Amino acid sequence: MDEQIIRNTRNGLIPFIRMKEDIKRKNIRHKKIKGRRRIMQGIIFSLFRFSAAVNGIALVIIVYFLVARGWTAITWTFLTQAPMDSMTKGGILPCIIGTICLSVGAILVAFPIGVASAIYLHEYARPGRMMRIIRLGINNLAGVPSIVFGLFGLAFFVVWLKLGVSMVAGALTLGAMTLPVIIGASEEALRAVPDTYREASLGLGATKWQTTYRVVLPSAMPGILTGAILGISRAAGETAPIMFTAAVFYTPSLPSSIFDEIMALPYHIYVLATAGTEIEATRHLQYGTALVLIVLVMGLNLLAILYRSRLRKRMS
Amino acid sequence: MNNNIKMLTDTFDFYYGDYHALHDISLEFYANKVTALIGPSGCGKSTLLRCLNRMNDLIPYSRAQGKILLDGEDIYDPDIDVVTLRLRVGMVFQKPNPFPKTVFENVAYGLRVNGVKDKSQITERVEKTLQQAALWEEMKDRLHDSALSLSGGQQQRLCIARALAVEPEILLMDEPCSALDPIATQKIEELMLELKLSYTIIIVTHNMQQAARASDITAFLYLGKLIEVGETDAVFTRPKVKQTEEYITGQFG
Repeated sequence: MDEQIIRNTRNGLIPFIRMKEDIKRKNIRHKKIKGRRRIMQGIIFSLFRFSAAVNGIALVIIVYFLVARGWTAITWTFLTQAPMDSMTKGGILPCIIGTICLSVGAILVAFPIGVASAIYLHEYARPGRMMRIIRLGINNLAGVPSIVFGLFGLAFFVVWLKLGVSMVAGALTLGAMTLPVIIGASEEALRAVPDTYREASLGLGATKWQTTYRVVLPSAMPGILTGAILGISRAAGETAPIMFTAAVFYTPSLPSSIFDEIMALPYHIYVLATAGTEIEATRHLQYGTALVLIVLVMGLNLLAILYRSRLRKRMS
Repeated sequence: MNNNIKMLTDTFDFYYGDYHALHDISLEFYANKVTALIGPSGCGKSTLLRCLNRMNDLIPYSRAQGKILLDGEDIYDPDIDVVTLRLRVGMVFQKPNPFPKTVFENVAYGLRVNGVKDKSQITERVEKTLQQAALWEEMKDRLHDSALSLSGGQQQRLCIARALAVEPEILLMDEPCSALDPIATQKIEELMLELKLSYTIIIVTHNMQQAARASDITAFLYLGKLIEVGETDAVFTRPKVKQTEEYITGQFG
């Protein structure tokens, strides 16, 4: 040990310390320049920090606003009863159930199709005209306004496929809207899987499908789930796509089959706030419903995040 | 010493799109010998190696011309099953690339994808393979740790074990030591000497000393052409071509 120190001192450490001192001296000499640079850097980084903080601040304000105004509405009755007296009293249970069913349904539709599309595009398709067309389609799908999805759902699922205004029609419409989000995130996740994994697997006599299923997909899963989280949050909060396809103004009964029409939280807020007979009197119910919706969405996100981090941990 | 030709390339050309990467390569690889492919970056040695198990098939717009024979059979024949070919011709890559799975699962992977279901058979094979790769003593208590927690040298030996688990006949190694320190490199070279008793090894290397130490035959490639090939001793001490001499003495490359 001592010998080691002596050797270090002789060969490396002392010259190294001297070098550091040299650098220090130099810094002092050029302090003016460094000062100006440092201020510039300080300003830029403060701007960045502020921009990042805006995200958190916005969320805090929204949540605070909802909690402050909607808190009083949250009672056991509110969460477990159907609306009563022209929706001025009672609860929102049918809406909660409806939104959960719609979100889960949308993910059940969009997740398999989205992930399969991403796998096809990234792992199998050869670059060419066909692929460019598909990509163009997906990108445009992502840009279609949600109300257009609503009308499409009405024309295609409700009328043409004769599904009627129903949970399944709404879930399919929301699923179609969520697809591009899931495809985008899944492709990104697949791209992040190193090619060396694929080569190693193929080099061991695995088929392309085995490679995809056993090596590529597990590595990409956390990223794909992020996409699913984004998708499910979007689906849960949308009003326009379900307005003509699934949601109704009022129904006291809970859905008994996927062909039933249902109530949903976002549509309920919209109805209470614009079309009810007692708009002012139901303000606290509106905020309460919004609070439930945001808690529900966050809860769904949290579940997915927990699952994702468990996957990540298992891999590393 | 036997001099059985295990694999050979016969007037082989390879293209990436319009780029002519390999010109008219005719080269023989002997069973139970280590053949080193050397040459400056971009000379086509990795391309050639990756043609030997058709790993280049993955690259769009690539094209092969000519023949590569494995035990007399053309591996570019349309009737050849690439999956089976890669079972017979295993590969170890430049950077250690274990799967993000456990040590055990990494070695067992090749068996599992090839339909081995019997648990005791897999366990036995994993142990045997790790021993073969001189990794058993270090790994026997860490079988269920993530392979990513190993050191770089251990990871690379694990990758060799993973390749050996499916009992290939030929082992292709693409600069297997370029990401490793000298001690880990030495271990892998020792391992190669051991492995060549049962396998045919073809190694791409940038390291002249490694080629000189570990190989029996050396082939020098330059600009996609085979410049010189011969017994390693001969190539390094009495190169016939001037370019070879300049390269191995470090005058270019």
